[in-house]
Amino acid sequence: MRPLVNPSHQASNQAESSWKAILECAAMEVFEMMAGVHLEPNPEPGEEPSGEQTAMVGMAGALCGMITLRCSQEMSKRFASLMLGEAAAANPTTARDALGELCNMVAGNFKGKINALKDQCMLSVPTVISGEDYSMDTADPNEGITIAFTCDGNLVWVCLIVQP
Amino acid sequence: MKKLKILIVDDSSVMRKIVERALRQAGLDLTEVLEAGNGAEALAEVQKGALDMIFSDINMPVMDGLEFLKNLATLESAKGVPVVMITTEGSDARVVEAIAAGARAYLRKPFTPEQVKERVTPLIGGRP
Repeated sequence: MRPLVNPSHQASNQAESSWKAILECAAMEVFEMMAGVHLEPNPEPGEEPSGEQTAMVGMAGALCGMITLRCSQEMSKRFASLMLGEAAAANPTTARDALGELCNMVAGNFKGKINALKDQCMLSVPTVISGEDYSMDTADPNEGITIAFTCDGNLVWVCLIVQP
Repeated sequence: MKKLKILIVDDSSVMRKIVERALRQAGLDLTEVLEAGNGAEALAEVQKGALDMIFSDINMPVMDGLEFLKNLATLESAKGVPVVMITTEGSDARVVEAIAAGARAYLRKPFTPEQVKERVTPLIGGRP
């Protein structure tokens, strides 16, 4: 497996192997603190990432790639409702933007926990795709991390995709 | 608790609402909440009148939070108004830069209402 971090930044493979746990922790913290919900890691989701809402935040610098957060429309509305109140979440644009902000915080929290990335990796503004009929062609799937969570019986996906 | 007129500066309207909600959940008595989408818009709001506190993101288009802080220091209407930086930046260097430029505190996203209260309450009433 190719090093996930630019070799010039001296990140060790050992550190990279811990990234899955760090990403898992980063996502759980964000949802717990900002929406008051517990994400339960689901090591055997039994399906590929799915859901009508996908938020993406690009990363550039020591690590080039993106972090995505994917869930159903219903769950994205629920998260928005918990973060902003029911009235605000009724607006589909607001619900989408809230998912984008959650993804942005997951990315920021993740990189903030890794010394090799903390000061050397920039984040893009979030983008949100609505709909399921799309494919994302980026790096080799081996150069990424996919984590499934269960939240009240619904799947929530967090992926780190690293550009070669 | 003192009633507060505040300004929230962030290029995301949703994040501005999230911050306002967190401040209210933290127990702050907000009588007026002004919003700005970047540092330049925020400077215009500051020039309009007295504020009790400013909450600002760092990464924003047009004028970022650090540039905003530097410009704010030149405004008479901003003298003594505490500025709290709110950022997803994991970079300690940017936080140090913000504090050096005049920010009184910072909050890293994600945050809980308790963390907001802990950082913000000591600044209430700080305006001379």
